[in-house]
Amino acid sequence: MTRVDGYGRVDRTRTLRFTFDGVSYTGHPGDTLASALLAHGVRTIARSVKQDRPRGVTAVWSEDPTGLVQVEEPFPEPMLLATTIELVDGLVASSIGGRGRLAEVPDTARYDRRYAHCETLVVGAGPAGLLAARTAARRGDRVVLVDDRPAAGGSLTGTERICGRDALDFVADTLAELRAHPDVRILLRTTAFGHYDDGFVLALERRTDHLAPAPQGLSRQRVWRIRAGHVVVATGAHERPIVVADNDRPGIMLAASARDLLHRYGVLAGRRVVVFTSDDAAYDAAADLAGAGAEVTLLDPRPVRGDSRSGDYRRSRGLVLGTGAGPDGAISHVFTDQGELPCDLLLLSGGWNPTSHLFSHVRGALRYDAELGAFRPGEALAGVTVVGAANGTFDLAGCLAEGRGETPEPLPRTNLVLWRTDGDPARQYVDLQRDSTVADIARATGAGLRSVEHVKRYTTIGTAHDQGKTSGVLASAITAELLGVPIESLGTTTFRPPYTPIAFAALAGRERGQLFDPVRTTALHAWHVARGAVFEDVGQWKRARYYPLPGEAGGTEDMDTAVLRECAAVRRDVGILDGSTLGKIEVRGPDAGAFLDMIYTNLMSSLRPGRVRYGVMCGLDGMVIDDGTVLRLDDEGFLVYTTTGGAAPILDHMEEWLQTEWPHLRVTLTSVTEQWATFPVVGPRSRDVVGALAPHVDVSAAAFPFMTWQDTEVDGVPVRLARISFSGELAWEVSVDGWHAPALWRRLIALGEPYGITPYGTETMHVLRAEKGYPIIGQDTDGTVSPQDLGMSWAVSTKKVDFIGKRSFARAENRNPLRKQLVGLLPLDPTVKLPEGSQIIEQTAELPPPPVPMLGHVTSSYRSAALGRTFALALVKGGHARIGERLTVPVGGDLVPVEVTGSVLVDPEGTRRDG
Amino acid sequence: MAENLPEHPDFLWRTPEPRRSYDVVVVGGGGHGLATAHYLAKNHGITNVAVLEKGWLAGGNMARNTTLIRSNYLWDESAAIYEHALKLWEGLEEDLGYPILFSQRGVLNLAHTEQDVRDSVRRVEANRLNGIDAEWLSPDEVAKICPIVNVSGDIRYPVHGATYQPRAGIAKHDYVAWGFARRADEAGIDLIQDCEVVGFETDGDLVTRVRTTRGDIACGTVALCAAGHTSVLLDMLGVPAPLQSHPLQALVSELLEPVHPTIVMSNAVHVYVSQAHKGELVMGAGVDSYNGYGQRGAFHIIERQMAAAVELFPMFARAHLLRTWGGIVDVTPDASPIVGHTPYANVYLNSGWGTGGFKATPGIGWCLADTVAHGRPHPYVAPFALDRFTTGALVDEHGAAAVAH
Amino acid sequence: MQLIECPYCGPREEVEFHYGGQAGVAYPADPAALTDEEWGRFVFVRANPKGRFEERWSHAAGCRRWFTAVRDTATYRFSR
Repeated sequence: MTRVDGYGRVDRTRTLRFTFDGVSYTGHPGDTLASALLAHGVRTIARSVKQDRPRGVTAVWSEDPTGLVQVEEPFPEPMLLATTIELVDGLVASSIGGRGRLAEVPDTARYDRRYAHCETLVVGAGPAGLLAARTAARRGDRVVLVDDRPAAGGSLTGTERICGRDALDFVADTLAELRAHPDVRILLRTTAFGHYDDGFVLALERRTDHLAPAPQGLSRQRVWRIRAGHVVVATGAHERPIVVADNDRPGIMLAASARDLLHRYGVLAGRRVVVFTSDDAAYDAAADLAGAGAEVTLLDPRPVRGDSRSGDYRRSRGLVLGTGAGPDGAISHVFTDQGELPCDLLLLSGGWNPTSHLFSHVRGALRYDAELGAFRPGEALAGVTVVGAANGTFDLAGCLAEGRGETPEPLPRTNLVLWRTDGDPARQYVDLQRDSTVADIARATGAGLRSVEHVKRYTTIGTAHDQGKTSGVLASAITAELLGVPIESLGTTTFRPPYTPIAFAALAGRERGQLFDPVRTTALHAWHVARGAVFEDVGQWKRARYYPLPGEAGGTEDMDTAVLRECAAVRRDVGILDGSTLGKIEVRGPDAGAFLDMIYTNLMSSLRPGRVRYGVMCGLDGMVIDDGTVLRLDDEGFLVYTTTGGAAPILDHMEEWLQTEWPHLRVTLTSVTEQWATFPVVGPRSRDVVGALAPHVDVSAAAFPFMTWQDTEVDGVPVRLARISFSGELAWEVSVDGWHAPALWRRLIALGEPYGITPYGTETMHVLRAEKGYPIIGQDTDGTVSPQDLGMSWAVSTKKVDFIGKRSFARAENRNPLRKQLVGLLPLDPTVKLPEGSQIIEQTAELPPPPVPMLGHVTSSYRSAALGRTFALALVKGGHARIGERLTVPVGGDLVPVEVTGSVLVDPEGTRRDG
Repeated sequence: MAENLPEHPDFLWRTPEPRRSYDVVVVGGGGHGLATAHYLAKNHGITNVAVLEKGWLAGGNMARNTTLIRSNYLWDESAAIYEHALKLWEGLEEDLGYPILFSQRGVLNLAHTEQDVRDSVRRVEANRLNGIDAEWLSPDEVAKICPIVNVSGDIRYPVHGATYQPRAGIAKHDYVAWGFARRADEAGIDLIQDCEVVGFETDGDLVTRVRTTRGDIACGTVALCAAGHTSVLLDMLGVPAPLQSHPLQALVSELLEPVHPTIVMSNAVHVYVSQAHKGELVMGAGVDSYNGYGQRGAFHIIERQMAAAVELFPMFARAHLLRTWGGIVDVTPDASPIVGHTPYANVYLNSGWGTGGFKATPGIGWCLADTVAHGRPHPYVAPFALDRFTTGALVDEHGAAAVAH
Repeated sequence: MQLIECPYCGPREEVEFHYGGQAGVAYPADPAALTDEEWGRFVFVRANPKGRFEERWSHAAGCRRWFTAVRDTATYRFSR
C-alpha cells in the first residue's frame, strides 16, 4: 500500500471493493479507480495501441494520455480514464490495449437534457472561477457554476492559504455563500464540453455513476444546454511534460498530478522519486512528496535559485535523458547527464498549457507566449472572459485577482522553456496514447510536411481520447524546432468540441425509440388499433394501412387478401377511410382567389362558393409538388386540401410567396389540419349511408352534384359533406371537428352496417385511385415530373397570365417528347405483380449486356379486384405515344413482358361517379 | 481485428516557389485538384502544372469527409461517373503506390418507409442495368450483413430492408490525397501551399493570369477545383452559377474493437456510419441549413445524429464522441455536380459535388484532366454542364435516389 | 447554436428558424418575357458570398414571419 496517513480527503472509515483485471482490491469513497490502484502499487493499467508497451497513469484527471480502461460492471463502457472513474463498490474494470469494447446488451440507463439561462456562466470552480462566480452572484446575476470534478477547488491541494485561511475552508465558505443565492446553480461532476455562439455552452453532468447502486428513476447523465450572457472560462491549465527517451513507462507522471494524488487521495505514487522540471511549480511536488516520506531528487536545468520552495529533497542542476525499466516494464531508474539514478517514480514538468479549449471553440485566437512556452488566449472575445491559469496566470494571487475581475501584476517569469532533452528520437514519446515519437515527427518533416495539420495526420499525434491535451503543443514545438521556424508560425491544431469524450447516448438524450420522432395519430387511432389495423408510417403519422380479418386457417389475412377484399367491398357496396391526415389550409381574404391563382396551375378564383375543384401545384421549376381539392367556402374563403406529407411544406411554401413576393395581397393562411377529421365514405351505397347520417340533406345527384359541398348538422354538431372522389366511385368526404370525430365515425359505421360498410386503409385507397390513374404525388412523381407528364394538361390553365412554374413549361427540356410520362402497364401474365420501383426497358427476350438503356420505372403496382388482374402505373419515356406497345420489365432474373396502356383502367368513362 | 495504420512514405512532396507561368493552373489542392494533376501527368503527359492551395494541401473537405465510396446512384449520368471512379478506386493503391486502405466492405442504404422501399428498388434495378453491383435485401438479410443494426420492429422507423452495394467501401482520405500529391510532385508538378487566388486577369474570353497571394501566375488553362469556395472564384470572374456553400459536419468516436463490418446509411433516420481501419466509428451528420464558410456547424445537428445512431445501433450507446468538425460543401439545385465549360474558353469548372466529392475523386480527376487536355468535356462529365439550368435537363439525384453522401 | 434576432419576437434559438437564402431576388414582373437563360438564373442562381450576406429567414417555429437579416457567412455573425 502506498496510502499515507494524514493525507488525502478520501473517507478511509469506509471500504469499497472492486476488481481490476480479475484481481480484487479495496479502496475508499472519494477514490478514483486510478488512485485506488496506485494505492495498491498497481502501476501498469493499460497497454499501448501500436507497440503494446505497458502504460500507467500519467496525469491525474481528464488530460491523462495513458490510463484508459474498460469498465465491465456495473455496465460495460469502453475507453474510460481510470483517473476519472469514481470508485464505487462492485466496480469491475480491465486493462485494454488502446481499443475499447462496446456492450452487447442494451444500455437501459436514461439520459436527458436541461436548459439553463443565466447572466454569467463560470466554467471551473477553482480559485479564479469561484471568485468570478461569487462576484457575479453578489452583483445579482443569475449564475451557473460548473466544474468537472466531484469537488470544487480546482488544483488547490489544501496546503495553500487564501485570505489568511486554509484554502479549502475558503472554498467551502465560498460555495456555501453561492448556494445561499437563489439564482446560483452549482453543477459539479459537470464538464462544459462545447462552447458555441452567443454564450451557448453544452455541459455534461454525470449524475449516477458515483452512486452504487445507481438510483432508479434518475437519469445517468444530463446534457445542460446553457445560454449565458457572459461566459467566464476558468478551466485551469494542463501541465506539460518534458520529452525524454522512454518517457512512456508506468511510473512516469506529471509533477502536479503526483502532488494531487497525495493531497486528494492520500496516495504516494512513489518512494524514490526523481523530479525533472524547468518550472517552479514542480518544486511543490518535490517538497510535498518528500514531506510525505518519499526520497526525492529534483533535477532542474536552470541555475539553482534561492526563492523556490525548499523542502526535504535533493536538488541539483541537471537533465534527465532517459529511463530504464524493471521486469514489470515500469520505471526503475533514470539516466541523467550526471549518471544513473534509481527511482520508482519520475515526475516531469516543463511548464503549463492554459486550458483554453472553450475560448478556442468560439474562434478565440491563441497567441504564443514565448516566455511561458505556451499558447494563451489572445484578443478578447465579446461575452467571454478567460481568467486564472486558463489565461496563463499561474500564481494563486493572480488567479484570485482575475476571478474578482481585476488585472493582477504579472509576476516575473522564472521558467525555462524546454521541450525535450537529448536522446534517441524513436524512444521519445510525444503522444503516449498513439505511440508517436519525435522520430515520427522528424519523418513527417523529412517527408516534406510543413504544416502542423499534416504532421498531426502523418504521426496521428493528438488524435486520441485526450485530443492532444498534453501532446499538442509539444508536437508543434518539436515540429518548429525540426523545421527551424518559430512555433508561432505553425500554431496548433484546432481545438474542437467536445472537450472530453461524451457518450453517444448522452447526446441522444430522450430522442430514442418512440420519442425519436413525434408520433402523430388521428382522433380515431384507438378505433383503428381495436379493429386490428396494420399501420404504416406516413411522415410522422401512423396511418391504418389495412384491416386484416381473421383468416381461414386461424391467423389473419395477409395484406393482398385484405386489400382485395376491401377494394371489392368499396366498389360493390361502401367503404370508409380515415383521411384525417390530409393537410388542410384555410386561405382567407379579399385576394384569396388571386393568390391561389398564382399557387395552382389551374384557375381557382373562378370557383363558386359551394363548389370544389381539383388543383395541381408546381415549384418554380415547373415540377409538381402537391395536389388536392379546393373548397370555396365563401367569397373570401377557400379550404385547400394538401397531401398528408404536404401539409407543412405547402403551408410554408404559400407563406413564403405571400409574405416575400406578394405582401400586398390581403390573404391569411391558417393550418386547420388538426381541426378537421375527414372520412371519405365511398362506394355505390355511400348515398344511403350519408343520407341516413344527414336526413335533412338531399343527397340525390341532382341536388348534391359531384364536386360540391354542403354544411349540415348531426345532433347539433356541425358536419361538412363534400362530394369528392379519389376512387371514381360515388363518394362523400365527411368532415367534423376532431373532438366529435370518434362519435361520428362510429355513427357512420353503424349506419353503414346494413350496406356492408367496410373500413379500409391507405393501401386500398392507393389501389382504388391507381385504377383510375390518379397519381400520388411523391410516389408516382419524384420532383422531376410536370403536370403535362402526368397527363394533366387539363389542369394547367392557358388563360392565366402567370402562375408559379408556368415559365418553366416553355423550356427546351419540358417540350422534349421523350420526357417520362405517366402511363398504365399491364403485365401480359395477369397474375404477375411488378415490384414497385422496377425499371422498364425495350421489349426483349434476352437482357443485353450493361449498360441497358432504361425507359422509366414502375411507380405503383397492385392486384385489382375490379380488373381481376394485376396492373401498374409507370413513368415511361415518351409514354403517352407508346400506348399499345410492349415493353419489358426485368424482375429478379425474369423478363416480364408488359403492355403500355392509358393510366385510367377502371371506368374510363366515369359512369360510377354519381352512383 | 482493428489494425494500426501503415507507414507513410519517407518523402511526399517538395515545397516549391511558384513559377511565373504554367500551362495549367489547378486552383484548389484538395482531392480533386491533386487527382486532376496526377492524371494530367499520367494520362496526358502534361506536367507544366501548378496546383494552388490557399491553406495546407488536402486540408479542406478532403481532410474532413467520412471517406465513403460507392457508385449506386440512380441516374445513368451519375452512375457513369461514380462507377468510373469506383473502378479507378479498385486499382488506385497500385497506381499510386500508396497504402490508401481502400476496403470494399459494402454499403447498406436502409429503407424505413414504403416509399423508401420503392425508391430503393428503383435504384437497385437501375444500378443493375447499368452494370453496377446492387441488391435489395430484406431486414433479415440486412442483419446478416450487419448484425448490429436494429432490424426489430421496436424502433420509431423500423428497417424495411436495404439496398446493398458490395463493392462500396472506405479509404483513408489523407493517404489518398497524399498519394495523388506524391505522384504529381514526382512528375514535376508544383504543389504550392499557402497560395490563395485573389483575382484573375482576363483578355476577352481568356484568363491570362491568376493573381495570388504569392504573386501573379500566367496560365494556359485554369481548372477550378475549389469545392465550397468555388463561388468565391466565380464571383471574381463574374460567372453566375447555382452553387450554395453549406457547413457539413462529421464526427468520430474513440478506437473500438471491430463491431461494424460494413457501411450503413439511412436517409430517413439520417445517419451514416462506418468503422475505420483503426477502429473509430466515423459518422456524418446533416448539412446545416444556412450558407456558411466557417467549417463548423451547430451542435443540435450532432445531437440529432447521435440519436439516430443509437436508435439504429443500440450498442453504440456508450461509444464516445471524440471530435466533431465541419467542412464546406457546395450544393446545387439538383444535387449533381457542375462540371465543364465556363464562359471563359480556357477555364474549366469542377464544382457542386455537395456531399459526394470524395468518392468521385479519381473519377473526376481523370475526366477533368481529359477535359483540360482535349479542350472539351469528357463524355462522363458532359451531362453536368452549367447550361442544364437553362434547358431544364437536370440530373435530379435528391428526388428518387434521396441518398445523401 | 446561435441566437437569431427575430424582428417580431426578439432573440430566439437558431433551431426555431428556417433559412431562405439570398434576399432581394424579386419575382420577375413578366416571366414570359425572359429568355430561358434569364429564367434559369432567376430559378436556380443565388448569390453565395463569403462574407456579408443579406438573406431571408423565417421564424418558422415562432411567429412564422419572414424577414431579412445581414449575416457574415464566414463568421456566421449577424449584423445587429
